[in-house]
Amino acid sequence: MIRACALSSLVALLFCCPEAFAEQLVTPDMIVGDTIPAPLSDTVSSAAAGRTIFVDRDQGHCVLCHQIDDLDAEFQGNVGPDLSTVGDRLSPAQIRFRIVDLQSLIPDTVMPSYYRLHDLHQVQDEFQDQTILNAEQIEHLVAYLNSRTQE
Amino acid sequence: MRLLAACFLFVGAACSPQTTQREPDFPIEASLRVSGSSFLTPETVAQQNDDFENPGYLWVERGADLFEQGETSCEGCHKNGLEGVATHYPAFDTGTQTLVNLEGRINLCRTRHQGLTALPYESDQLLSLTAFVAEQSRGLPISVEVTPQTQSAFESGGAYFMTRRGQLNLACTQCHDDNWGKQLRGDTISQGHSNGFPAYRFEWEDFGSLHRRLHDCDTGVRAEPMELGSQTYIDLEFYLAVRASGLELESPGIRR
Ligand code: HEC
Ligand code: HEC
Repeated sequence: MIRACALSSLVALLFCCPEAFAEQLVTPDMIVGDTIPAPLSDTVSSAAAGRTIFVDRDQGHCVLCHQIDDLDAEFQGNVGPDLSTVGDRLSPAQIRFRIVDLQSLIPDTVMPSYYRLHDLHQVQDEFQDQTILNAEQIEHLVAYLNSRTQE
Repeated sequence: MRLLAACFLFVGAACSPQTTQREPDFPIEASLRVSGSSFLTPETVAQQNDDFENPGYLWVERGADLFEQGETSCEGCHKNGLEGVATHYPAFDTGTQTLVNLEGRINLCRTRHQGLTALPYESDQLLSLTAFVAEQSRGLPISVEVTPQTQSAFESGGAYFMTRRGQLNLACTQCHDDNWGKQLRGDTISQGHSNGFPAYRFEWEDFGSLHRRLHDCDTGVRAEPMELGSQTYIDLEFYLAVRASGLELESPGIRR
């Protein structure tokens, strides 16, 4: 009975919103609890490159919502929490998951999912089938935020 | 809270009989509702309130000229002006059985009564006439109610407001109901009310309609925007007008 229900709702979903079935970039086997333990890319990550991505308007532009002390950026936002010492609170694997798809942890969150393609709609043509950031950029951000500790 | 509001909308759609009108329920309590001008600097507010310093009055004046022009002028029918009219828009037009905004009403007058063609959306002439009509309601409270005829427009406008969209996957409600007052970089997020429009925006260095502003919020989340003047944006405008009811009309407003 339950299976029949699930099946019919799946069929209904397939007919009304095929975009919901776009490629799942991060598959369940990559996720452990609230972490993604393995890096998304093999390239050597750099905290300095991550800092640039965090500020740059055309890349992560995380300062739109987050603040970090002694960062060279005016008018940092306060929609999200202060990340000055986020490296003390979260492991690299936790930080990675939060940048990749915080919405899968906190469905209501206003923070965009930076590495995800599924379940989006009305996406502008020029951004179709693209993640907001690529795997290398995510890894640079993980390195940068992991380096943000008290000392 | 947001979920609740969305549920209300859908449940409302499914089972409210047309006879029992309920007051719509918005995430922001009526007592906390404030105009976008409360998030502007005092200098900008002063400029908005000074008819000589406010660039929007260039469009109001041009609209006044257009209003008098032609053999069958607007003024021919509206001798006593149009004070208060804009506070009730968008409104249901019984002739076409559709919801029209002020721009749409002006175009209906042109095609129905003046033997003229409709003006293109966002054209200088349509903006000027709209500004001229809206200005006559400056300082009066917006007063738009949901009726049986406009119930479905209210619901689809509300659904648009509550739905995540675009590559950034954000809904209007997430910024303007849940995070107003916070800093999005240099901008303070307002409650996203419509009462300043048409308005002069510093970012545009130009005067523009509410729909142009909605287009910017859509592209801001990298969503494919709707066409200016489209039914989707008119329904959204209606939802925003009900949501902003009680706030004073400020058009021609000045915004960042
Ligand atoms: C539109 C707003 C917004 C943007 C843009 C944004 N965030 Fe966030 N972020 C949030 C919010 C809000 C939270 C807190 C979770 C919640 O309550 O929804 C958060 C939480 C986080 C956390 C977890 C912090 C903790 O202490 O648990 C990390 C890490 C993070 N963000 C990193 C980033 C990075 C890196 C970027 C850019 C690539 C970014 N954020 C862009 C709003 C944003
Ligand atoms: C990522 C955040 C964000 C989202 C999502 C968003 N907006 Fe906005 N909106 C802003 C900012 C920032 C401004 C400019 C500052 C202000 O007035 O709030 C603005 C301005 C506005 C204004 C003008 C308010 C005024 O007083 O001038 C309206 C109306 C508005 N938005 C409606 C909407 C609607 C409708 C949607 C959805 C289609 C939407 N917004 C989605 C951030 C957002």
